[in-house]
Amino acid sequence: MTQITPTRPAAHAVARRATAALQAQQAAAESPQQYLTFLLGGEMFAVGILNVKEIIEYGNVTEIPMMPAFIRGVINLRGAVVPVIDLAARFGGAQSTAGKRSCIVIVEVSEGDLCNDIGILVDAVSEVIEIPSSEIEPPPSFGARIRADFIQGMGKVAGRFVILLNIVKVLSVDEIAMLAQVAGGDAGSTAV
Amino acid sequence: MDELTSTFVNESRDQLTAMEDGLLKLEQNPDDADNLGAIFRAAHTIKGGSGVVECHFIEAFTHKVENVLDKLRNGEIPVSGELSTVMLECCDHLGALLDVFAAGLPRPDDTVQTRGDALLARLTELFLGGGAVRSTGNRDGMLAAEDDNSIEASGGGVVDTDAWHISVRFGPGVLRNGMDPLSLLHYLTSLGEITTLTTLADALPTAEKMDPECCYLGFEIGFQTRASKAQIEQVFDFVRDECTLYILPPNSRIGEYLKLIDELPEDNMRLGEILVRSGALTQAELDDGLSAQSRAPVREAAGEAAAPPPLGDVLVEQKVVHKEVVEAAATRQAVVSEKKALEARVIRVHADKLDQLIDLVGEMVIAGAGANLLAQRSGQSDLIESTSVLLRLVEDIRDSALQLRMVQIGETFNRFNRVVRDSSREMGKAIDLVITGAETELDKSVVEKLGDPLMHLVRNAIDHGIEAPALRAARGKPENGTVQLNAYHDSGNIVIEVIDDGGGLPRDKIRQKAIDKGLIDAAATLSEHEISNLIFEAGFSTAEKVTNLSGRGVGMDVVRRNIQSLRGSVEVDTIEGEGSTFTIRLPLTLAIIDGFLTSVGKASYVVPLDSVVECIELADASAKRNYLNLRGEVLPFVRLRELFAIGGEVPKRQNVVIIQYAGKKAGLVVDTLLGEFQTVIKPLGALFKHLRGIGGSTILGTGEVALILDVPALVGLVTSLEDRRLTAPRQPELLASY
Repeated sequence: MTQITPTRPAAHAVARRATAALQAQQAAAESPQQYLTFLLGGEMFAVGILNVKEIIEYGNVTEIPMMPAFIRGVINLRGAVVPVIDLAARFGGAQSTAGKRSCIVIVEVSEGDLCNDIGILVDAVSEVIEIPSSEIEPPPSFGARIRADFIQGMGKVAGRFVILLNIVKVLSVDEIAMLAQVAGGDAGSTAV
Repeated sequence: MDELTSTFVNESRDQLTAMEDGLLKLEQNPDDADNLGAIFRAAHTIKGGSGVVECHFIEAFTHKVENVLDKLRNGEIPVSGELSTVMLECCDHLGALLDVFAAGLPRPDDTVQTRGDALLARLTELFLGGGAVRSTGNRDGMLAAEDDNSIEASGGGVVDTDAWHISVRFGPGVLRNGMDPLSLLHYLTSLGEITTLTTLADALPTAEKMDPECCYLGFEIGFQTRASKAQIEQVFDFVRDECTLYILPPNSRIGEYLKLIDELPEDNMRLGEILVRSGALTQAELDDGLSAQSRAPVREAAGEAAAPPPLGDVLVEQKVVHKEVVEAAATRQAVVSEKKALEARVIRVHADKLDQLIDLVGEMVIAGAGANLLAQRSGQSDLIESTSVLLRLVEDIRDSALQLRMVQIGETFNRFNRVVRDSSREMGKAIDLVITGAETELDKSVVEKLGDPLMHLVRNAIDHGIEAPALRAARGKPENGTVQLNAYHDSGNIVIEVIDDGGGLPRDKIRQKAIDKGLIDAAATLSEHEISNLIFEAGFSTAEKVTNLSGRGVGMDVVRRNIQSLRGSVEVDTIEGEGSTFTIRLPLTLAIIDGFLTSVGKASYVVPLDSVVECIELADASAKRNYLNLRGEVLPFVRLRELFAIGGEVPKRQNVVIIQYAGKKAGLVVDTLLGEFQTVIKPLGALFKHLRGIGGSTILGTGEVALILDVPALVGLVTSLEDRRLTAPRQPELLASY
């Protein structure tokens, strides 16, 4: 399904433990600079690898009525019900259409004491790359066509810019719940 | 908090509850000796426990409380309203001390300490002081030195030649703590002469189970001395926390011995043995006591001691022992076996373990549904049969697993005895609390969250509901107001009612207030029921003055919010001048329900089965208006396809699921009916917390997620949408289409 195998922080930890101490230290120091890149409407985005729990194939999404368009629905993730967010729609674009390579990236977002698993729908997952902090530029004040607080920085990879997402902001449960409430009211009046 | 500490705190809280219950009962029934005993034991257990965990501030406080209780038990001080008030305050204070201890603080802070000291001072002044004066008046000077612990002989003064009776059971830890029972006995002889001594090895386990480092022994000692009780007690000071010690002074009444029999720790002693044991040591006193009360003569005590162990009635027949004594021993045996049975019936389990079990059962239900689905598809009849057996078993397991979490609501209700007592006194009203349906069971997690809303409602009933006695008399009502707590099951819900026979809710005032606060329009026409229920709106309070109890205007909407968070509802019915009934409806459990599976387009929806009344075909699918004729009844319905904006083609046959909740009926139009389905509720999470009409989700046998409809909220949603449309003047053409 994708060119990378599902990556979990736990698996990394195990792998790291096997390497020499020095390498382990280096890896630990570098680990925040590892990113999972994916495609969305032809553009390359990335999220910090530590947020990513797993990647699954897109499918079996149950729609939730009276919700804004960017909430695709919920899926059954081994017995747990996990919401799925359509990132393209969240950024203000149209809903993305599910294709052959569409994936749901399950990310863990912690806000305060609460820890939520949320799935994000992406067109395709690319790879895990390392971006040293020296290669990260601050986000532009405008022009990215995405809310500035969603962007953590701009990573330079092979001469191209990759938008590093501030996933906590993008998937802010409070904000989404509030939007959903508004949409719930709207959906009511449009459902006539 | 380590294990020992938390056990102590938990058990002490239980004992405190028992003590409080007992004290409340004591007011109504001051002569109930069993009850008094129970209160005393509760206090004693707390004291003992606090000694073990080395919490000295609790130990010291409980010690005083115990002294007062002891005097009370011995009939030295009468039961009075004042006494129970102070004792209840002591209970509260003990609770506070437990909090302090549980928080790991070395000692209570100044406010708590001051309160404790004040309480102790009151106890000493009111009860202990008086007792001490009396004891010094009665007895010789030596006894003036006695500490508060004294149990006084009720039957006359000290008779030098008579023996004391000492019952002592050493705790298992005595040896380990470096105490030798033998040396204690030796030390005892320095005070006087041991006339008789029986060693009790009843607690000794079989050889393979015996721990050589444990002490299992007890002694019954006849002891002649001129020493005071305090001095005798001092002998056992070092093991006081570890042993059970009863010291009966010479010439104690027969009642004292009966009580001793009652409190002996040995469980399986035969009747005769008990009698012989206490009798053999106290023959003279028993004789004296009996003849003094000019009862049936008791034969020579030697005969009694020699009497063969078999049973009491033989002894009575032979007139060896008095009937009363036998009865006490018999009761004790019965109590012992009853207590054993009770102990066997109750196991404390950590709540997490139960939750885990319920989760697993939930997974099993889902997996079972999956297997069943596959079997159906395969078409192999024996496979289908075996999966259906499996499914039935899973269902049974589910039910019994859920049953584990069910607790009776009575315990929650009983807490209100105290609340009603205290607050009615504070308000100067006479109020009785009537509890019915205490055996009704519901989920523990629901019960826990129910306490606060119930508290609000009960306090409201006391404060606003029940009138002052003068007004009640003027209205021709009985002087005592009644607050009733009632619980019962009703179609898969539990209904809890708080009923008062007070003044009811003044509708005019409510209406006026609601208009003043801008909650309703002055011109709005509302039914009486709707007006009454305005009190649940935020920021509403009709009390003209704010009292200590309620009236801050936060109560009722908090009640409603709390109840709603449990997927329940609350409403009020009231008759002005006659009283109000607050009705809380709650789902039985929060984990697994029986559902009815339906589908619209590709999506599946679960309707809680308890609310489904019947299903019919939607006869006239093209009708513009959303109601139908159900055997002469007007039945409004909701088209799920429209409400949820589900696309796809409308099938030829559509069905109406008729649902009922809180006495109202409505229909849900769906495409297909898929039948009953065991539904494990999975919450949708914080993201969907504002979603109305959907109560949660569940996982189908196919692995897909289905949504559970929250019927009352759904109907409420449709109603409010329709209201909005009706009041929107610009879109009149839309009315017809919905």
